[in-house]
Amino acid sequence: MPLLDVRNLRVEFPTRRGTLVAVDDVSFGIEPGEVLGVVGESGAGKSITGAAIIRLIEPPGRIAGGEVWLDGRRIDTLPPERMRNVRGREIGAIFQDPLTTLNPLYTIGRQLAETMRVHLGLGAKEARARAIRWLEEVGIPAAAERIDAYPHQFSGGMRQRVVIALALCAEPKLVIADEPTTALDVSIQAQVVALLKRLCRDHGTAVMLITHDMGVIAETADRVAVMYAGRIAEIGPVREVVKRPRHPYTEGLMGSIPPLSRRVRRLAQIEGAMPRLTDIPRGCAFNPRCLRAFDRCRRDRPELMATDGPNRAACWLHDPSSRDLARGYAA
Amino acid sequence: MPPDGARSLVTEALVEVEDLAREFDISRPWLFRVLNGEPRRIVHAVAGVSFTIPRGTTLSLVGESGCGKTTVARLVVGLYRPTRGRIRFDGVDLTALAANDAARAIRRRIAMIFQDPYASLNPRWRVRDIVAEPLRAFRVLEDERAVAERVAALLGHVGLSPKDGEKFPHEFSGGQRQRISIARALSATPDFLVCDEPTSALDVSVQAQILNLMKDLQEELSLTYLFISHNLAVVRHMSDRIGVMYLGRMVEVAPTDALFEAPRHPYTRMLLDAIPDLEMTGRRRSPVGGEVPSPIAPPPGCAFHPRCPFANARCRSEVPRLRAEGDALVACHAVEEGRDAA
Amino acid sequence: MSAFAPARRLTRIFDTDLWWSFTRSPTVVASAVIAVALIGSAAFAPWVAPHNPFDLATLNLLDAFTPPIWLEGGDARFLLGTDDQGRDVLSTILYGARISLFVGFCSVLFAMTLGVSIGLVAGYAGGTVDAVLMRIADIKLTFPAILIALLVDGIVRAVLPRELHDRIAIWVLIFAIGISNWVPFARTVRGSTMVEKNKEYVMAARVIGLSPARIMWSHVLPNVLGPVLVIATLQLGFAILAEATLSFLGVGVPPTQPSLGTLIRVGNDFLFSGEWWITVFPGTALATMVLSVNLLGDWLRDALNPKLR
Repeated sequence: MPLLDVRNLRVEFPTRRGTLVAVDDVSFGIEPGEVLGVVGESGAGKSITGAAIIRLIEPPGRIAGGEVWLDGRRIDTLPPERMRNVRGREIGAIFQDPLTTLNPLYTIGRQLAETMRVHLGLGAKEARARAIRWLEEVGIPAAAERIDAYPHQFSGGMRQRVVIALALCAEPKLVIADEPTTALDVSIQAQVVALLKRLCRDHGTAVMLITHDMGVIAETADRVAVMYAGRIAEIGPVREVVKRPRHPYTEGLMGSIPPLSRRVRRLAQIEGAMPRLTDIPRGCAFNPRCLRAFDRCRRDRPELMATDGPNRAACWLHDPSSRDLARGYAA
Repeated sequence: MPPDGARSLVTEALVEVEDLAREFDISRPWLFRVLNGEPRRIVHAVAGVSFTIPRGTTLSLVGESGCGKTTVARLVVGLYRPTRGRIRFDGVDLTALAANDAARAIRRRIAMIFQDPYASLNPRWRVRDIVAEPLRAFRVLEDERAVAERVAALLGHVGLSPKDGEKFPHEFSGGQRQRISIARALSATPDFLVCDEPTSALDVSVQAQILNLMKDLQEELSLTYLFISHNLAVVRHMSDRIGVMYLGRMVEVAPTDALFEAPRHPYTRMLLDAIPDLEMTGRRRSPVGGEVPSPIAPPPGCAFHPRCPFANARCRSEVPRLRAEGDALVACHAVEEGRDAA
Repeated sequence: MSAFAPARRLTRIFDTDLWWSFTRSPTVVASAVIAVALIGSAAFAPWVAPHNPFDLATLNLLDAFTPPIWLEGGDARFLLGTDDQGRDVLSTILYGARISLFVGFCSVLFAMTLGVSIGLVAGYAGGTVDAVLMRIADIKLTFPAILIALLVDGIVRAVLPRELHDRIAIWVLIFAIGISNWVPFARTVRGSTMVEKNKEYVMAARVIGLSPARIMWSHVLPNVLGPVLVIATLQLGFAILAEATLSFLGVGVPPTQPSLGTLIRVGNDFLFSGEWWITVFPGTALATMVLSVNLLGDWLRDALNPKLR
């Protein structure tokens, strides 16, 4: 049984010009201890999916359908005060900007200790001792002294380490990390990714890693879901998705990343841009940009379906009835 | 490289930057300083940088935040005045230019593309006026009909429709806005483009479109680029030569392939090591610890020594100079003394 | 813990439509209707008003102190009664509001021009120029606006001969009210200018060698005007009140061209002798006008600032 089971999740933003569907019929699972990467370009709905799971969608946005199960318990119907306990105790969260998570008025030690006292029922002394251990574990030098420092006294990289400690200190089973390294410098990014990966492995924590950076995913995730226009376009083991993408969008995405190891004259390029939520095309949302689109893509919307590999892709090329087209594709 | 080859490279340089430096005074107000007995605080954003860019080629500057690459870009286009040093463009010293027509003629040949496509276009202006602004400022075309024709041609050139000129910037996506930005940069027919992180605010698929467009334009119009980026993969794709900067100084300048295949400076090696591996070769990376120190109080000697595995007493006291190492220039005592074997 | 940025961006994009937020608030719609009706009938007073209260030929002292139409002794010709000289109160209100509004608009325009220019220069130049201009603004703020207006008026009265003063009194008033109200404009514009000048579109203009004056005028100014309009609306109510106060104190417009403030002052003398309508109706008109304009200003400020919603 998966630790997190998201079924047919749908998030809507009602506006006066009609309802926008930011996340449309998204289903996936995360096994205990697994790292699921969620990748996509801005507006694909990846962050909103993460926010919906922990119910931090800002009004007027709302969850309009679907179910979220954590560890065999349905959490999307929990009353708000019970949900607050799930958030923090069972699901930790890491955001792009550490300053939105850390309260600037409290010392980091107090914030860590309070989290553990609330969620783990620890005493003040025990909580403080553990807070120091956590700071050491995330690599803050001189943790015993710096525990009484305020967030602004830390550099960006150090703050993100504190946020990781804060997300993990209540020993949640799942961490949702939304662009945790995007605001950081390249060399710091590597440190933070390595840290997150190591800690979650040590503590057996599952991770939903939301990012636009395919490189971070390739290094960190076990499986990856590629999102496009509010839906999952392809999902599967990270190696398969990176090396042998089955959805034309994933393929284009991979081709548009400049390679590090060699020089290419031109990058593969997907024409156009992701559609705005106000005018998502009929059929497959990717069809106007897809070089392999055929009649059916413009008519019917594909669901995730089996491919010739372990990945599942939402693409009619993999439908048994269009196998002829798919054969050309695999070649 | 044969000696005459080296000479021809020098004569063909379009841009020559020599010992360029820029300091920023970030002291608090005078009264405050006097009352608190605080000294002036000076940031050495760029502390003596030299490079040349041969005509028709791309030099990229890479480095992490605070390394001074954006300041160099702004110095070159004249947004800041240098504290020290020289910038020569096609033989003319830009730092000694008076504000006259000759200066305008030189400035017309230098254009800039900015990072943030949402901030670099005036939201209250129509696209056609944005693109035409350099034409009018440099009085390239006097006749408004000719301006309109040129704007339409430019929009077509960067992959937009001439009809888009009537719209306002907010009607476009990030990638389209960056195309408008490029059209504006090209409108007064410059031969040198300074590109400050032109794709770092864009999604990868859109980034690919813009990078391809920039390469095509370079070939077609034989443009020379100074390309600023923190993204090594992008830099590798775009450049002929790469300069790696750290805390206001150039630590290594090398031809692109040489830099990626045989990085010499320990910082360059660290940077390359820090990039996530998309090829999934299973290479084990060893992220270097530490963070970039504050440029207000840079470490003495080689600024990288606190993070460098090869640092010794000399590194802590003496600033290394750029020295030729093969076809690269490297500023490192350890490389010079041959004690940089990992 | 804050929520995810994209969600916030989405809600902002779809909630900025001014008209939409306008139609959603009945108070705002009501104030807009009242403001438009008042301003319109005041502006077109010569065509709207039942009488011309300044046409001495039509005045009849026998009509003096006629009460409003619904009271005993009311006259069908005078809806809101007449004053001590037999002028129709409704018509004097319309003509008076016309002068009040004129002074209000002009003084706000003057304050706005002055404040926006100072704010632009201070924000764009920065450094010493900024420090000097903003200290001047600080000093200005330590004097109450009415005091400054009284001071200006007093100086002009002392310097100019009386009949010349009466002729230009209205312009002196506009200058006096305007000069005491430029600071909010300057401060706001300075703040926005400091934000805008570091944006890349301003740098792009600097790269092509445009002069600071041209950059301020054609690039920065259009982008800092939003908040200026809000302040202008709020200041309009204030300026109308200031004019009324000064006229009430007797240092405003001459009695030959009575504004609402003058009417209230004149009518005040009769308040306790029973002819309350001479002062109460102009007072109500003034209050309604200022209130509706202020409500509109408040709404505009909130509607243009997505952070408040």
